[in-house]
Formats: sequence, structure tokens, C-alpha cells
Amino acid sequence: MTVAAITVENLTKSYGDVHAVRGVDFHVEEGEVFALLGPNGAGKSTSVEILEGHRKRSGGAVDVLGFDPETGGREFRDRIGVVLQETVVEKELTVLEAIQFHGDPYSKRRDAEELIEIVGLEEKTTARVKTLSGGQQRRLELALGLVGDPELIFLDEPTTGFDPSARRQAWTVIDNLRALGKTILLTTHYMDEAQNLADRVAVIARGEIIAEGTPDTIGADRRDVSIVRFVFNGDASVLPVDAVAGSNGAMEVKTREPVETLYALTSWAKQSGVALDGLTVARPTLEDIYLELVGEEENGGDA
Amino acid sequence: MSTFTLVRRQIKYQNLVFWRNPAAAFFTVVFPLMFFFVFTLIFGNEEIPGSGVTTAQFYGPTLAVFAAVSATYTNLAIGTAIARDDGLLKRVRSTPMPPWVYLAGRIGSAIEIAFISAGIMLGVGVLFYGVNIYAVSLLGALITFVIGIAVFAVLGLLLAGLSPNGNTAPALTNATLLPLAFISDVFIPPSANAPAWLSTVADLFPLRHFAVSFGKAFNPLETTGASVGDFFDLKSLGVMLLWGVVGAILALRFFKWNPQAGSKPSKRRRGRTRT
Repeated sequence: MTVAAITVENLTKSYGDVHAVRGVDFHVEEGEVFALLGPNGAGKSTSVEILEGHRKRSGGAVDVLGFDPETGGREFRDRIGVVLQETVVEKELTVLEAIQFHGDPYSKRRDAEELIEIVGLEEKTTARVKTLSGGQQRRLELALGLVGDPELIFLDEPTTGFDPSARRQAWTVIDNLRALGKTILLTTHYMDEAQNLADRVAVIARGEIIAEGTPDTIGADRRDVSIVRFVFNGDASVLPVDAVAGSNGAMEVKTREPVETLYALTSWAKQSGVALDGLTVARPTLEDIYLELVGEEENGGDA
Repeated sequence: MSTFTLVRRQIKYQNLVFWRNPAAAFFTVVFPLMFFFVFTLIFGNEEIPGSGVTTAQFYGPTLAVFAAVSATYTNLAIGTAIARDDGLLKRVRSTPMPPWVYLAGRIGSAIEIAFISAGIMLGVGVLFYGVNIYAVSLLGALITFVIGIAVFAVLGLLLAGLSPNGNTAPALTNATLLPLAFISDVFIPPSANAPAWLSTVADLFPLRHFAVSFGKAFNPLETTGASVGDFFDLKSLGVMLLWGVVGAILALRFFKWNPQAGSKPSKRRRGRTRT
């Protein structure tokens, strides 16, 4: 049996005439990693801030661990962990002091030194926060989100600004949290992050959820497409297939019949003596699906 | 962790943050001392005509009040507004910390700093400038001081709530505190030449009541043959408490936890500049 850690029904948030969130529905099960994807200004952060209890909703119903975040108070906050989009820590405190300071009010506290080890800041334990690099500060922020040993963790763009190796480390930390049975609500700009971490993803655009599913099945009807890519430094109109030209002769063909397309393309190439450098056939990635969904939504909205 | 321990530890953390920031410590502790040195140099440490007190005996207590008001009013207004810009208040609201515990930590720390900076001022006065302290007025001075800094702490939090962001907070505190200090017998001893309406205006605000009733405890003419009860100036305490109560109601009304639109996190945190 699965239990919902978060249930959101017809959530709306308006600022005067601006409708930032327009009827969002989703649920996150206990122990699940759920990613909310969407462009800037789509309503992701507003939705998450409502779930964290930082903002009041304009309408709809929200249940987080059995609480209404607006009224849950101390008992509610004792059970959630929040990693904010921007790192906010008193810059004059040391790493250890900052973790102790923010850990104080929780009924369950993780050991500060152990947390420092988990996020890989052992060398910086007694360093002032202001001397940390941007990536180190993000890792401290992650530690602050975990200090109360929460059941449910909100990660708002947790790896923005990380270098690739720091990102991998953060993913390992998040994977370990999943292994401990924690529920995680993640927002991110990085599709590889969602692909790697999330059990399920939802794409939000213009304040509405436009697609929902697992990273491998979301946008099901778009999954049948194969993408053929190659380099051809000539006029795309001479090709026997409908190709979209990119920069430096990069060509892209989307097809539901890859065998036919490849046959036409390669037999033409062989006859014409064209090399078709870098020829690949790929299934659409989460990023391809995402860009298509969001692109259509934005074009549709502008029309 | 008990609530009492929580408050105590909050005060400790706020103290750490304060003393590690040289700019804040300078303006709160060193700046008023510099006024003290300069005033006693300019006027000489002699009796101020018609007052019965020496320059140091007058300025020691009034600048102690000024230092204490800087530690509470100025520091709380600026520090809290900047903490809000930086998202620190929002971060605190993400944890189970009761909001009042966090604010109690800030206030408690400010009060501790007020005692330290006023204590240094009076200590320097006693040790190097012959400032006298009178046993009969000590209790009254202490109670007046505690009420005064509590009221200015509340007003500091009110100003933090009224400041759109951390950059406007220093301007607002200076624009309110400095002119008042000039007309409230803090920087300038009371003068017979000053128009009466000026003192009427000053009496509407809490600073003059604080400075004058605290200063009275250090005046040899007032303390001679007086009783302990003479140093509880009920009118002054009443005006201050009224400001405190109204200030507290308004502070609760205007206090904000989330960064406000248009405010930016400070790059170099808590550099307090006076204009």
C-alpha cells in the first residue's frame, strides 16, 4: 500500500491579475523522489513555497504529511527539511556553528559532524561560512535541509551552480536519502538530474502541469519517435528525407519509421558519395521531450 | 531542547555574529566612546555652566544611553532588515524554531550588547574622567536603563519591518536617531537659549526621557539628600513604555519574514555604514 506524503488538488496562486499557479494537481507518495520541471516563472518555486508553508495559496487543497502547511506550525516544520534555492546562512558563523544553530529547534537532530562528512565539508568544519566557495555553500545548505532528520525533503534547484563532480556528489547524497526511505520533492532545470534521481516527474508551464510520468515514459506519444542526426554541409533540400538544419551542417530528422528513413538516407548517400559524418540514431531523451512540451506550450500560449 | 535553552543558545549565536562583524562592533562600542573623548577634549572636563556637573559627568551617562540605543534600535533595525533580505528569516521559518524564540534571541543579544557598551562608556568615565556613581540612584538608573533599551529594541524591530530593504534601514535609523539625539540632551547639554517648543517636541519621543532620567541619577545636585524612589521618574518611564507598547503592536503588524520584492541579498553582510 502506498501513502501520499503530498497531495495537491487544484492549487491556485494569484498576485492581483497575475495567475502564477493555475489549478495544479499532483501527489507524491511516501518514499518517492518526485521532480517538478519547468522554465523560470512557470510556477515551480511558488508551488513548492506553498507546500513548505512560506506562501499562502489563493485556492485549492494541499496536504503535506497530514498537515495544511499554512497552519501546520512547529509540529509540521519538525518533520520537513527545506533546501532553499539560494544559500542563506549567517556568514560570520562557522560551518559547524551554522549546522548546530539551525539544528537546535528540531526534536530529532542529526549529528553535526556526521552531516558535515555526508556533504563533504570536513576540511571546512571550523571555517567561516563567508570563506566557502559557492558550491561549498550549496552543500552546507543541503546539510541544513537534513539536520532535523526529516521525513520529507524539499530540494529547490539543489545543484544549480555546482561543477559536474560536485553535482555527482550531491546526487549520491540524494540517492542515499532515497535508500533511507525519505520522500523528496525536487525542482530542477537539469533534465539529467531528473532522469538520474526522480521516480516520477511533472512538467509545469504557465502555472499548469502539462505532462506527468516517469522519466522514461513521460510524453508517451512522443516516445515512438527516433531522432537521426548527421552532418551534411549542403542544402538540406537535396536530402531524400525531411531534415532540420542546425549550425555547422548538423542535420536532425525526426521519424516514426527509422528503418525507412535510414534506408532512404543511406542509399542516397552511397549513390551520391556523401559521408554522413557522425550518423546516429537515438531515442528522445527527457530533455528532448521536455523542450518539445514546453516549446509547444509557450508557442500555443502566444498564439 | 527546552525553550529556555533554545533562547539562550539563540542569544549566544547572535552574539557571535555581532562580535565577529568589526563594523557593527565599532559603531556600537567605539563610536560613542570617540564622541566622549572628543566632547571632553573640546569642552574641557570642567563644570558645565549652570548645570552643576562636569563635562564627563554629563556625557558619560548620555553617551551610555546613546551607545545602548545604537546597540538595540540601530543594530536590530539594520541587522534584521539585512537578515530578511538575505533570506535568513525565511530559513528560520523553514525550521521548527518558534518565531518569538528567534526574535527573543536577537533582542536578548542586543540587550546584552547594550549593557556591555554602556558599561564600557561609564567604566571609562569612572576610571579616567572622574565620573561619580551614587548608591542612592543605582537602582533607579538600572530600571530606567532596562526599560529604555527594551523599548528601543522593540522600536528597532518596528523599523526593520518598515524598511523596504536592508539598504534603507541605516538611512531610516540615522534619520530618526541623530536629529533626536541633538534635541534630546544627548549630544548637547540643555541650554537656556533653546526655544521652548524644541524641548516640547523632544518630549514627545522616548529618547529625551531615557537620557534625562538616566542622567539625573549621575547628577550630584539631584542625588544629594535624595531617596531611592526619587530616581523612578514615572512620567518619563510612562512615555517610554507607551512607545514600547504601541511600537510592539505595530512591529507585530509590520514584521515580515520573506525577502521583499526588489531587495537583494547583501554581498558583504552586515557592513553597517552611517551616513
